[in-house]
Amino acid sequence: MMNLRIFLPLAFLLLPLTSRAALTIEIVGGAAQQIPIAIVPFAQPANPQALGQQQAISDVIAADLRRSGLFRVLETRGIANQPHDVSEVRYPEWASLQAQALTIGKVENLPGNQLKVSFRLLDVLRQNQLTGLEYTIAPAQLRLTAHRIADVIYEKLTGEPGVFSTRITYVTKAGKRYSLQVADADGFNPQSVVASNEPIISPSWSPDGTRLAYVSFERKKPVVYVQSLVSGKRYVLANYKGNNSAPSWAPDGNKLALVLTHDRNSQLYIINADGTGLRPLSQSSRIDTEPFWSADGQWIYFTSDRGGSPQIYRISPSGGDAQRVTYEGSYNVSPRISPDGKSMAFISRGQGGFRVALQDLTTGQVQILSDGPQDESPSFAPNGRLILYATTVRGKGTLAAVSADGRVKQRLSETTGNVREPAWGPAVK
Amino acid sequence: MKKHLLMSVMLAAMLAACSSKPVKTTSAPEVEDKSMGTESAAAPTDEGSASTAGVAGSDMSGNPLTDPNSILSKRSIYFDFDKDDIKPEFRALIEAHAKYLASHSNAKVTLQGNTDDAGTREYNLALGQRRAVAVKNALNVLGVQDSQIETVSYGEEKAKSCAGDIKCGELDRRVDIIYAGE
Repeated sequence: MMNLRIFLPLAFLLLPLTSRAALTIEIVGGAAQQIPIAIVPFAQPANPQALGQQQAISDVIAADLRRSGLFRVLETRGIANQPHDVSEVRYPEWASLQAQALTIGKVENLPGNQLKVSFRLLDVLRQNQLTGLEYTIAPAQLRLTAHRIADVIYEKLTGEPGVFSTRITYVTKAGKRYSLQVADADGFNPQSVVASNEPIISPSWSPDGTRLAYVSFERKKPVVYVQSLVSGKRYVLANYKGNNSAPSWAPDGNKLALVLTHDRNSQLYIINADGTGLRPLSQSSRIDTEPFWSADGQWIYFTSDRGGSPQIYRISPSGGDAQRVTYEGSYNVSPRISPDGKSMAFISRGQGGFRVALQDLTTGQVQILSDGPQDESPSFAPNGRLILYATTVRGKGTLAAVSADGRVKQRLSETTGNVREPAWGPAVK
Repeated sequence: MKKHLLMSVMLAAMLAACSSKPVKTTSAPEVEDKSMGTESAAAPTDEGSASTAGVAGSDMSGNPLTDPNSILSKRSIYFDFDKDDIKPEFRALIEAHAKYLASHSNAKVTLQGNTDDAGTREYNLALGQRRAVAVKNALNVLGVQDSQIETVSYGEEKAKSCAGDIKCGELDRRVDIIYAGE
């Protein structure tokens, strides 16, 4: 009957389930070909208190799919028959709506204040089931479960993993107060990880999504911290003389690349995740900064002005000679490598100011993806399809995302304060 | 300290009006305000203890580092866009601080590099550091020991929002000299 049973025991995902969104998302543009899908409102249990103020699960799924730009979510209210089980589905009705796919499901009470969420994804034309899953969850996990269902639908219909159940981090500045926040990828459930009256920059996710490395100026200089998102505890990763900045986790999660200065210009180092084993990676008299580890662990990309202007280079984590990667233009910084290793997002200064660019690492071809004029901090979604970045609209920092093909653009704006320094977290299974 | 600040501002403004150099001298108290004002209570105690012990000799006339009549009260060195070379008009200021540090071996300074807000935060952090290193090298040449200097950068974090306007960011492209204990 049910293909699979999924439990979601991860303690750190048990976020308080307020339906408050700090970030509201506005979508600009869309894919040329969108998949038409109908999502029938899920059957709900009779006692509404178990669900509290929550948004209907089908609305969360619909918003996720719509936001990706790859789906056209159809209006279902005109259909008299609203099925919750396969036996109730009358396919011709959905075919007449031009739906290619149909999602149905229900939420049921279980003993011990648990919920059972089940859904099915149906192919309207072939009149068969594409997938069906059942989740046993605490009521607080309902929203996350909706994101996971959206991920399953997305993957089934596009062939790529969804990223709706992932999280993002960013820094807000309200008045003099800086706060490092972690929120769901749709901007809901924002939580402050650390707050300070001094700047916080450069958050970097550990590959397992349980820790953040970041730079805080609370000691009147840049110092790198690592903080657990499970316990909230943190430790100083690097506080050497001069600056400590630009942390980037190695894909193995055991070490980080970072930048130290001591008495000199910014230089690349590698350090164990517990703060031991510091070793220099490159030594030059010029600036070397913004290291970023490729997902296969083979390269550390970084920014250097060794050639006169800031350009992107790469070096083996074991050292050796650096290879230049960017050639067009006089200011190319902030390299971020796509999860599949095939392309690099970075910030390039050109006619339109500072904009997000994408370079094909095989052909060297560069495409400008964003509008500028003050874009920074690009980061790939774990499926590589979207790039999240910081931008400025009328003097106010906001977040935006653009699809790697440049077609779909989203703007995430916060009602209070400035938002900057975003980083998209990993997909956590 | 704070009571004297307003006086310092006024004096500095008067000095600025009298001197042939315009504009920038007035910003010295503004920089002091930033370094002394807000979060000084949270400053680590080990730095606080270094303080201004080396001020002996300046007794009645007060601390030359904060005396607006002293060039030592001027703490900011300004740079051109994307540059880290020290302009001739700041030579006297750097020489005065070098002399002070050389004769007060207990005194320690943090050279705090800053940039305008054009470009990315981490690269600007590195650019601010390049400026701090340039000032440190100038102090070293004049005999100041490495142990008396720490170079750090705030990058663009203290910059006004200029939306990349080069003229607007003029006062952001600077190195501030901050004595331990201030």
